[in-house]
Amino acid sequence: MTRYIIMRVLSTIPVMVLVALFVFLMLRLAPGDPASVIAGDYATAEDVARIREQLGLSDPIVVQFLRWVASLVQGDLGTSIFSGKPVTELIGQRIEPTLMLALTTITFAVVVAVPLGTLAAFRAGSLVDRFVMLFSVGGFSVPVFVLGYILIYIFSMTLGVLPVQGYKSPFTEGIGPFLYHITLPSVTLSVIFIALIARMTRASVIEVLEEDYIRTARAKGQSEMKILTRHALRNAAVPVVTVIGIGIALLIGGVVVTESVFNIPGLGRLVLDAVLARDYPIIQGLILFFSFVYIFINLIIDLSYTLLDPRIRY
Amino acid sequence: MTDQATQPAPGAAAAKDISLARIALRNRGVFWGGAVLLVIALFAIFGPFFVQDPTALNPINRLKPPGSEGLFGTDMLGRDVFSRVINGAQVSLVVGLFVAVIAVALGLFLGLIAGYIRLMDALIMRLMDGLMSIPAILLAIAMISLAGATLTTVVIAIVIPEIPRVVRLVRSVVLTVREEPYVEAAISAGTRVPTILVRHVLPNTIAPLIVQATYICGSAMLTESILGFLGAGIPPEIPSWGNIMSEGRTFFQLTPWIIFFPGICLAVTVLAVNVVGDGLRDTLDPRIARNMR
Repeated sequence: MTRYIIMRVLSTIPVMVLVALFVFLMLRLAPGDPASVIAGDYATAEDVARIREQLGLSDPIVVQFLRWVASLVQGDLGTSIFSGKPVTELIGQRIEPTLMLALTTITFAVVVAVPLGTLAAFRAGSLVDRFVMLFSVGGFSVPVFVLGYILIYIFSMTLGVLPVQGYKSPFTEGIGPFLYHITLPSVTLSVIFIALIARMTRASVIEVLEEDYIRTARAKGQSEMKILTRHALRNAAVPVVTVIGIGIALLIGGVVVTESVFNIPGLGRLVLDAVLARDYPIIQGLILFFSFVYIFINLIIDLSYTLLDPRIRY
Repeated sequence: MTDQATQPAPGAAAAKDISLARIALRNRGVFWGGAVLLVIALFAIFGPFFVQDPTALNPINRLKPPGSEGLFGTDMLGRDVFSRVINGAQVSLVVGLFVAVIAVALGLFLGLIAGYIRLMDALIMRLMDGLMSIPAILLAIAMISLAGATLTTVVIAIVIPEIPRVVRLVRSVVLTVREEPYVEAAISAGTRVPTILVRHVLPNTIAPLIVQATYICGSAMLTESILGFLGAGIPPEIPSWGNIMSEGRTFFQLTPWIIFFPGICLAVTVLAVNVVGDGLRDTLDPRIARNMR
């Protein structure tokens, strides 16, 4: 068991190195001289030379990569070209809204999707089931931002019950204003997760309901409610948790778009602003940051399987 | 991150007879989804000949509501939104189709090698793990901003993050097929590796790949519109649905239809593609029909 945990933790290292290599090579393989790409269209020869010097672009590529990885290991994601601030500092400034949006979205999605999927499985073939399946196909087909604008149109512009955009911190501005502003973005972003998780919950509960121990539980006269909560849901947990892990990738993409629609000053906005300003160290740093978050969350999920299902032993 | 290699190959046995017409008649999803797609494709191909120039400016009639000036109204430069949406359909379909074909072709190639040649397996699969860890949208945004926004770079930027899933799927099929008696027979008869791959392994991957390709097509159209919407996609002078919606953002509170019309068209198209995908999956592969994709 301990051995498995150690091996699993170590296995993230080659993946992280590969991600770093991809991100590193991306800038080098782009057409043209990286220094002049970074400097932009209106740069002078001195600007290009300065950036070349700053990034150490004159050294052999292997040396450049190793030096870059060495600074990554020390927690240095690079320095913004325009503001001159370390990328880690910029991430620190912007992470709260993104984290809050992600947390509220996942919470809301799980709270809605798991009961919905369970109900659909329990009444397979019924009207509820059809609705859930329809919703789960539809949820994958509407782009996040279109959904966001539809909700803004209904709740902000027509009914006037929720704000059009903005973000309020729960720590400095209070929990009330925070919830008031975060509701629409969270609901928007959670639709695709509700679709994903409800579908998975339904499939795995249906599978569990066919197991012998469910029949035994029914035979001994246990109530349907207890069968659901005590037997079906617990055993259906592993695939559901897995799909939440897969969903993290979707969430990261969705966060960028949702922050843009609702004008939330988080990491997504930081990326887009960096793209417009061609501030590549920020883009590079953020891609790495998000990739490492994804790898870390999936590590946690893999390790959590033993807690969720005692049958899984390594 | 979890290794899917141990799963049984979906649809390995169902590759015998794939006649699209027969499937369409048998499965309602394929029929209706296909019908909707056909209509959209006809609009995309022939529509541009019948509507006015999507880039023609008409500043006097700008931001006009639907019906008063053109079917879908006009945007902030007085351009006809209906004409732009019709032209945008072309971009979405082209991107979806190209991304699906290229991603499947590259994924098939890499997956066959990874699944059949043990030496390459670890290398290719670790590369795919790395690629899968990078958020697709961010990767695409970064590649496009580095390489410059054109239709080609957008297609490439959407293709690359889609490849790992195809490789995993193909590899899992290959791993089961290579244990089949007929493959062992071919090996013992001295058949060369490329021949075995093409004649015995490849046909088994076709059914699951067709299903996968439709899902990739749908997700590529969504990604393209997101990139366009964020201003990081196809150049703004091309009226793609994402670009139309991106330009509609500024005036959303005044003229929400500029976002709603292309948004609805996009959602309907992607929905049709996904419904076809679900239908194909159910028909081609009854075994995984009850599970999710």
